Amino acid sequence: MTSSKDVSRRGFFAKIGLLFNGMVGAALAVPIVRYLASPVTRERKGEYDSWLPLGSLDKFPAGETRLATYRNPMVNAWDGETADIACWVRNVDGKKFQVFAVNCAHLGCPVRWFPQSNLFMCPCHGGAYYQDGSRASGPPERGLFEYPYKVQDGKLLIHAGEMPTPGRSASNSKGCSSCG
Amino acid sequence: MRLMGQLGEWFDQRLQLGRPIREVMEHPVPRQTASWWYVFGSAALTIFMFQFVTGILLALVYVPSAGEAWSSLQTLNHQITLGWFIRALHGWGSNFMLAIVIIHMVQVFLFGAYKFPRELTWLLGVFLLLFTLGMAFTGQVLRFDQDAYWGLGIGASIASRVPVLGPALVKLLLGGPIIAGATLSRFFALHVFVIPGLLIGFVGLHVLMVLKLGVNEWPMPGRIVRRATYVREYHELTAKEGVPFVPYAIWKDIVFSGFILLSIALCAVMLGPFGPGGQPDPTIIQTAPKPDSFFLWIYALLSYLPPAAETPILLIAPLIGIVVLLVLPFFAGEGEKSWKRRPIAVLVILVAAVSLGTLTHLGQHTPWSPVMDAWSGQPIPAEYLKNRTPLEHEGALVFQSKQCHNCHSLAGEGGQRGPALDRVAVRLTPDQLVRQVIQGGGNMPAYGKNLSPAETTALVKFLETLHPAGQRPAQDASRAIAETDQH
Repeated sequence: MTSSKDVSRRGFFAKIGLLFNGMVGAALAVPIVRYLASPVTRERKGEYDSWLPLGSLDKFPAGETRLATYRNPMVNAWDGETADIACWVRNVDGKKFQVFAVNCAHLGCPVRWFPQSNLFMCPCHGGAYYQDGSRASGPPERGLFEYPYKVQDGKLLIHAGEMPTPGRSASNSKGCSSCG
Repeated sequence: MRLMGQLGEWFDQRLQLGRPIREVMEHPVPRQTASWWYVFGSAALTIFMFQFVTGILLALVYVPSAGEAWSSLQTLNHQITLGWFIRALHGWGSNFMLAIVIIHMVQVFLFGAYKFPRELTWLLGVFLLLFTLGMAFTGQVLRFDQDAYWGLGIGASIASRVPVLGPALVKLLLGGPIIAGATLSRFFALHVFVIPGLLIGFVGLHVLMVLKLGVNEWPMPGRIVRRATYVREYHELTAKEGVPFVPYAIWKDIVFSGFILLSIALCAVMLGPFGPGGQPDPTIIQTAPKPDSFFLWIYALLSYLPPAAETPILLIAPLIGIVVLLVLPFFAGEGEKSWKRRPIAVLVILVAAVSLGTLTHLGQHTPWSPVMDAWSGQPIPAEYLKNRTPLEHEGALVFQSKQCHNCHSLAGEGGQRGPALDRVAVRLTPDQLVRQVIQGGGNMPAYGKNLSPAETTALVKFLETLHPAGQRPAQDASRAIAETDQH
């Protein structure tokens, strides 16, 4: 036996039930969103970048540009070789250095250094850069990304840990007046 | 036989699927739609199921870990019996899937099948196309080699250009600060759980609507779609000249699906699996990354857009394209269906096909990329060096050693980034050559700081020899007068 009053009462319970589920769902959404956003929030806390040694200074002779590699500071056991990152180190005059990301400022392909013509060239869309990293030609809108560096105990250190992209250019966007 | 019948009845009493299945099989379709033009949708469904099965087979061995994915692909290719074949089937299946989905979409568009009352079917189809493209891109990432690694870098660079949210989007895409283990894991989750889940749901609804609304009738010029009368007219048509879907229409679907599966298998046997290419070690920078064939047109577009227009076009054009596809059935939900009365529709398809075809072709040849080893690997042809002075030979040496050949071709060899130089002396006077070399410009770097005056002189002397035998090199008239005055 069901009366219309009964139905509306059951209907009310069903609505309460839905509301209850909605509240639990909303409460669960908070930790889920925080879990998903973890890669972004960790950056905010500054966990990504740190000072990394590239090796002793005599690996980088004055006036030359050499490839150096480092192990990314934030690393998981299963990252394998992807955590090894390369960068170009230019020893300007024995005292001053420039450390460039290998990633082209156009779309991130690895640029190659040609010491004969003093140019960096990108194999993807043909971006070219001068030896000081400034834009020479091609589609990039800016020069190569540059890492802040310092020299400590005869070793070259750079401030890195994040892949530079046109939207956010490695650590250099923060500026680094005390470096070097 | 009687036992089979009893068993069938036992199941049907519980499942109660017999009647709906019979209704689907017997539902009438317009006689003319039992056509070879109507087989692409079912073929896409077949390949989808095929990809599902081959994908699961690959997942039995594949390791979605940045440290091990590449070597697990090597194991599949070389250790596991016929592992290479399953990889090839899945890879070629993906190419066929995209091709068939696009052909299906073009056919639906040209036959006006997106019009009332099938707007929602089209809408879901647009999403199915996007999901299929998503599967192609994420699948390319799972083939975790150099191309996958740098392709992710390109994806991240594009994402980073979104105003304000860019850097956060990059982190979400990569799952961390760099392309590494977290990146591969999330692309694995997308490729294996998220997008296939969406595909199953959307494909189910898409097919359900085709069955509920009936397959689009053969478009006849002059038969106008009107919201008020269409459904009645369609039912009259199927009542008058309809044939049961099974077997009148379905046999062509089945034959074509079989043909496609056979083609995939033949491609897999004869052409083998895709990659993997070099191992995903970012410290190996001697690489020229390239996307898979279906994304080559974007790769080509990215080299031809002017730098300033690149970011807005990259971010806005895809959105506009998707929105246009989504609103199409609401904008043009009525009217003529036949492509014979829809010249603009035909033109749109032709323009799109020619543009995508041209860009893909260019993407295969990448004339904009410097040939990174031309300076050391492709010598200047001997006839360009015969009967030349020592200074001109010296210039040819500068041409090679300063990597000019990487961007400029001689006799078809070398890069095509800059103009071919076989006739450069006809175009530019000696003074203009010096200026171009030293100052660069027009997409050429300035070599002023990298060439000594002696090298520049030698190089320009060599370039002055580059003109056809019977044609005089370009000369500055005023210069000639100045020189005569000195005498």
